Amino acid sequence: MSQEDILAGLAAIVNEVAGIPAENVQMEKSFVDDLDVDSLSMVEVVMACEDKFGVTIPDTEVKNLNTVADAVNFIAANK
Amino acid sequence: MSHLKTPATVAGARMTGLGAYRPERVVTNDDIAPRIDSSDEWIQERTGIIERRFAAPEETSASMGAIAGTRALADAGIAATDIDVVIVATFTHRHATPSAAAEIAHLVGATNASAFDISAACAGFCYGIGLSDSLIRSGSANNILLIGTEKISDVTNYDDRGTAFIFADGAGAVVISASDVPGIAPTIWGADGSSMDAIIMQPDNFTAAREGVPSLLTMEGQRVFRWAVGSMGEVCERALDAAGITANDLSAFVPHQANLRITNAIVKKLDLPESVVVATDIQYTGNTSAASVPLAMDALRSQGQLKSGEPILMVGFGAGLAFAAQVALAP
Repeated sequence: MSQEDILAGLAAIVNEVAGIPAENVQMEKSFVDDLDVDSLSMVEVVMACEDKFGVTIPDTEVKNLNTVADAVNFIAANK
Repeated sequence: MSHLKTPATVAGARMTGLGAYRPERVVTNDDIAPRIDSSDEWIQERTGIIERRFAAPEETSASMGAIAGTRALADAGIAATDIDVVIVATFTHRHATPSAAAEIAHLVGATNASAFDISAACAGFCYGIGLSDSLIRSGSANNILLIGTEKISDVTNYDDRGTAFIFADGAGAVVISASDVPGIAPTIWGADGSSMDAIIMQPDNFTAAREGVPSLLTMEGQRVFRWAVGSMGEVCERALDAAGITANDLSAFVPHQANLRITNAIVKKLDLPESVVVATDIQYTGNTSAASVPLAMDALRSQGQLKSGEPILMVGFGAGLAFAAQVALAP
């Protein structure tokens, strides 16, 4: 799965969970500051990513996923 | 070897009365927000809570539980002296011993009852439903008064941005009696002490007493949210399977009022049909732990949405990480 595919899948999840237009979900965007994804929505995004991409994202890792790129890179490295 | 007698078993148990007590004092989000640099909007977005009730200084979890219990007895049309067992679910009783149940049994006049507390935090009321069903069907009791009561305002850290706005006070009670027809389906329950630090009173009571600091409720919100959203849907599905019904047969879903976002996520996972009423009492009551399920039932009844004798799905989950769910016929 390419980085573009992961980004597209993640954007669809962020759209579903938080109602953010998928096209706004870009690599450099911060979940909290730019996309207004709050801490509980972030948990839902992480859980949906685990289902969709077959990765395990531990609680301790969630706080390190500040930007969309952080999440895409984590998923790519841990798939 | 002697042959010992055991009681005759009974076909079923069901809830026959419901009572609630909501403290008078309304506390708004604006009352709580300044100390945690927050706002009404922020709190509502993250929890669904609009306002909550706090008990008066002289009120206790036992005094509130006694009022709810008396109301449940009146609703069931049963005398306090006919109660065999008083069970209280709470984590905010003033004394580690004796139990809140013993105090409440005395206050309501249940002079023929045994009495004990159960410690299962926010799952306590649903633990109590399962326990009551078992006691009655085994023939060990005919009439049980089950109460969930909490005064969490006494153990809340009002400077904690994670919990200051969530918890509140109140009490709810049901009478459960023997019935020819089963009215409580099997309870799906469990606990996971490996996550006991996710929701915990800190410091522990003995350290608090020695060092003269209060023991307050702490919670890792994201961790608990993830556990609840990730696993309570399946627990509810197992409770439906155990009852031999589907979500389409339910008239109401009454989850522990932990957080409206958790309720909504579980509803989505269960794919509940529109016909199932979902309890959202947290909006005006906050999270009252063991009291939240009976208080939410009471709120539905006040709105004319609790249909007596129709199946409802209840689920409690919280510290310990303890959980319990079952289908029961509404009182």
